[in-house]
Amino acid sequence: MVLVLAIGDLHIPHRAPDLPAKFKSMLVPGKIQHILCTGNLCIKEVHDYLKSLSPDLHITRGEYDEDVRYPENKTLSIGQFKLGLCHGHQIVPWGDLDSLAMLQRQLDIDILVTGHTHQFKAYKHEGGVIINPGSATGAYSSITYDANPSFVLMDIDGLRVVVYVYELIDGEVKVDKIDFKKTATTQSAH
Amino acid sequence: MLPHGDDEEKWLAEGIAGIQHNAFYMHRALDSNDLKDALRYSVQMLSELRTSLLSPHKYYELCELGYLFDLACSECCLCRSWILMCFFSGDWEDMRAFDELRKMEMFFREETARGTISVIELYELVQHAGNILPRLYLLCTVGSVYIKSKEAPAKDVLKDLVEMCRGIQHPVRGLFLRSYLCQISRDKLPDIGSEYEGDADTVSHAIEFVIQNFTEMNKLWVRMQHQGPTREKDKREKERSQLRDLVGKNLHVLSQIEGVDLDIYKETVLPRVLEQVVNCKDELAQHYLMDCIIQVFPDEYHLQTLETLLGAFPQLQPTVDIKTVLSQLMDRLSIYAASSIEVLPEFLQVEAFSKLSNAIGKVIEAQVDMPVVGAITLYVSLLTFTLRVHPDRLDYVDQVLGACVKKLSGRAKLEDSRATKQIVALLSAPLEKYNDIVTALKLPNYPRVMDHLDNGTNKVMAVVIIQSIMKNTTCISTADKVEALFELIKGLIRDVDETQDDEIDEEDFKEEQNSVARLIHMLHNDDPEEMLKIICTVRKHIILGGPKRLPFTVPPLVFSALKLVRHLQGQDGDVIGEEISATPKKIFQILHQTIEALLSVPSPELALRLYLQCAEAANDCDLEPVAYEFFTQAFILYEEEVADSKAQVTAIHLIIGTLQRMNVFGVENRDTLTHKATGYSAKLLKKPDQCRAVYACSHLFWVDEQDGIKDGERVLLCLKRALRIANAAQQMANVTRGSSGPVVLFIEILNKYLYFFEKGNPQVTSSVLQGLIELIKTEMQTDGSSDPSADAFFASTLRYIQFQKQKGGAMGEKYDPIKI
Repeated sequence: MVLVLAIGDLHIPHRAPDLPAKFKSMLVPGKIQHILCTGNLCIKEVHDYLKSLSPDLHITRGEYDEDVRYPENKTLSIGQFKLGLCHGHQIVPWGDLDSLAMLQRQLDIDILVTGHTHQFKAYKHEGGVIINPGSATGAYSSITYDANPSFVLMDIDGLRVVVYVYELIDGEVKVDKIDFKKTATTQSAH
Repeated sequence: MLPHGDDEEKWLAEGIAGIQHNAFYMHRALDSNDLKDALRYSVQMLSELRTSLLSPHKYYELCELGYLFDLACSECCLCRSWILMCFFSGDWEDMRAFDELRKMEMFFREETARGTISVIELYELVQHAGNILPRLYLLCTVGSVYIKSKEAPAKDVLKDLVEMCRGIQHPVRGLFLRSYLCQISRDKLPDIGSEYEGDADTVSHAIEFVIQNFTEMNKLWVRMQHQGPTREKDKREKERSQLRDLVGKNLHVLSQIEGVDLDIYKETVLPRVLEQVVNCKDELAQHYLMDCIIQVFPDEYHLQTLETLLGAFPQLQPTVDIKTVLSQLMDRLSIYAASSIEVLPEFLQVEAFSKLSNAIGKVIEAQVDMPVVGAITLYVSLLTFTLRVHPDRLDYVDQVLGACVKKLSGRAKLEDSRATKQIVALLSAPLEKYNDIVTALKLPNYPRVMDHLDNGTNKVMAVVIIQSIMKNTTCISTADKVEALFELIKGLIRDVDETQDDEIDEEDFKEEQNSVARLIHMLHNDDPEEMLKIICTVRKHIILGGPKRLPFTVPPLVFSALKLVRHLQGQDGDVIGEEISATPKKIFQILHQTIEALLSVPSPELALRLYLQCAEAANDCDLEPVAYEFFTQAFILYEEEVADSKAQVTAIHLIIGTLQRMNVFGVENRDTLTHKATGYSAKLLKKPDQCRAVYACSHLFWVDEQDGIKDGERVLLCLKRALRIANAAQQMANVTRGSSGPVVLFIEILNKYLYFFEKGNPQVTSSVLQGLIELIKTEMQTDGSSDPSADAFFASTLRYIQFQKQKGGAMGEKYDPIKI
């Protein structure tokens, strides 16, 4: 059981003062093995906070991030899965699943974690799964109205990944889960 | 006169020799039960202690247990106890002293019980001791037995003893003697409910005895101050300090007397004690004793005698450190108030606040040389008291702050770090108590106190205030409160004076400004008119922040305003007949001016992003000219200010992404903007970047919504252009590096073709796709070095096509002609 936190678009302090208290109390150090952050933190304090939750932190650059050295996209393997991370403002049209699927094919990954729209999505297509953890602070977005604060926790176990989405709705944290199974991959051409 | 070292050692040795000599004979007498002789030798031995040649410390050494325990004599309780009585550290809890004393008493009690001698006779007998000091110690010891025997009323014996002790006027010896008297008499006072309770007025005798002993002890103690040369004043004061608990013990005893209730305390005890304290006119004594009174007697008593107690302060010597004592008193009363709700009405009834407040005022007035930190400390104590006891009386709180302001005004800004620390404590107290900055904002004197802080501390305090707001998630909801708040924290908002530190740490500065940014999100009101006022107020303040601060403070304000626009969007129509200034149009004007300020920093990239945000918001409000204007500004920035190629790539994608979502533009405006976008895309520096930006532009001409633009031709034009650029990139690579170029670009373009093919762009046919697939296959085969990621990408693309073909239905049909 490997826990991977997918989180992003906090936009602190441009659009939000802080992570919701209920989320903060849930995210304790030492429980999460990997963090995939889609970007738009935007300041070092948030980076340090995420770093304190798990030492294996991966961040891609959002267009408002203070640190411009984050990469545009990143790929990594966790267990049997190949994951990719990209903020998403680079992919036009924004939030278009087909265009994101193209990126997924290009990075040759099973799971693409992306953000920018501030709307939670977990979408399965031919090439794999696209996960958008939404905005952890429910920050203002030109794309999504009334975004609820949300983040995603993935439990990777063998060929199966369970995606838990945590959403703060009217002051209460609601959890939902979606199962994905990966078919055993054939040997790749290279 | 106190002796010098060497001489002292000599006298000490002589004294010890004398004691040992007489102790020997005394033991012999005891062994043969010769009481008379035993007493005689003990007196002689103890006479060594009459010496005035030794300092208190050396005197103690004379009596040092060690020397006399050598006289291995278990029955020699007499000498041992005697020695230990002179235990100069004053530590009466020492079990050895206590044990030995008891043994001595026990010896006497046994003798009298046995009938060898009656207690009255013994009492008589010891008075024949030649020297007064040993005589009185023995007398006190016997007196203890006498009282216990109940052969005479306690009050009579005690009266006798306390007056007899007058015989010793030497300060140190007298203090110890009377201390011993205090010790042995403690449990024998004629108190209510004690076995020694006499007739009526019994408690007053007990009180009289203790007060008399106390008075005499205090006199002796004060007298020590005046013995010896002035140059040894410090040494004397140190010695006096060591002995102070001997005097204080009496007050302790008084407090333990059951019969002393509030009335008696009020009528008799306190006035008598205060009388002695005031009249002794000794700084050391006064300070210690006032403190002692406050510590030893219950807080409810203090509350009820507040006037009397406070009345004593002005009568004390001017050098007495009254403020510490006063602070102590207030702190105790604060804790008392916090202990239970039932206690609070008492405070109101005795008008504690005004009495304390007046007393402090008088003290500060009287002690002209009191340093500022002293006065502030007093006010901090008073404020703590006020917040505990009268939290709802904001006028009291403000009064305390006002008194502080008065004290601080007329001086330069504070430099003393202790004083500033106290002021920060003063200002933080209401914040912590009320958990609500809004309440603090209601105190007119609050900002005035802050004005007296130096810049550094002012900023520290401002951060404290912001932290308090964040911690309590306080929402500041009116423009007036925002105005007041920003006045308070102005040290963070702008350079308050010209001599601003350039040495300010960059990390600290960032943190500061980020906290201001977070604060802006806490300013909110659901009423749009009020919210607009808030936004304008904030804007007014942050615009003065200068180029260093604007990049931090402008974005949160912009998004706050955009949220308001969205809110107004949601509301239906205008309310007829009312003057509304909160309209999206008005807000966009403010936004425009606000973002413009970023150009002075300069922060063109940030400004560009914010303009695009506003364009989208204007689009959602159906305000075409406003949206167009924002795009114009974004393009101008792109043209003139964004020079870095990497930044350009990001910027152009943001422009394309935003433009793609616009549905408010008419044909002309849209054409102008898309033309610009595609033009700039093709002009990016690196060919791959050009290629990608151009094929991104293809989406500008196809919006997958019901009324969305679907211009298949122009889409194809973009994709073809992208292909041409990809080709050019290939050729360039061949020429410059002798290797093939980025094949991956072709695969990306293929994927875009597939996208539009699926969406039903009639210009994208299956033959076009087939051609492109073949092209890529060829490229990849002729390619000397293989690019594994390109291979994988192509493979997954082909897999996708296969998947679509196998889907069946309309999609399968579509894909049927394509062979892979």
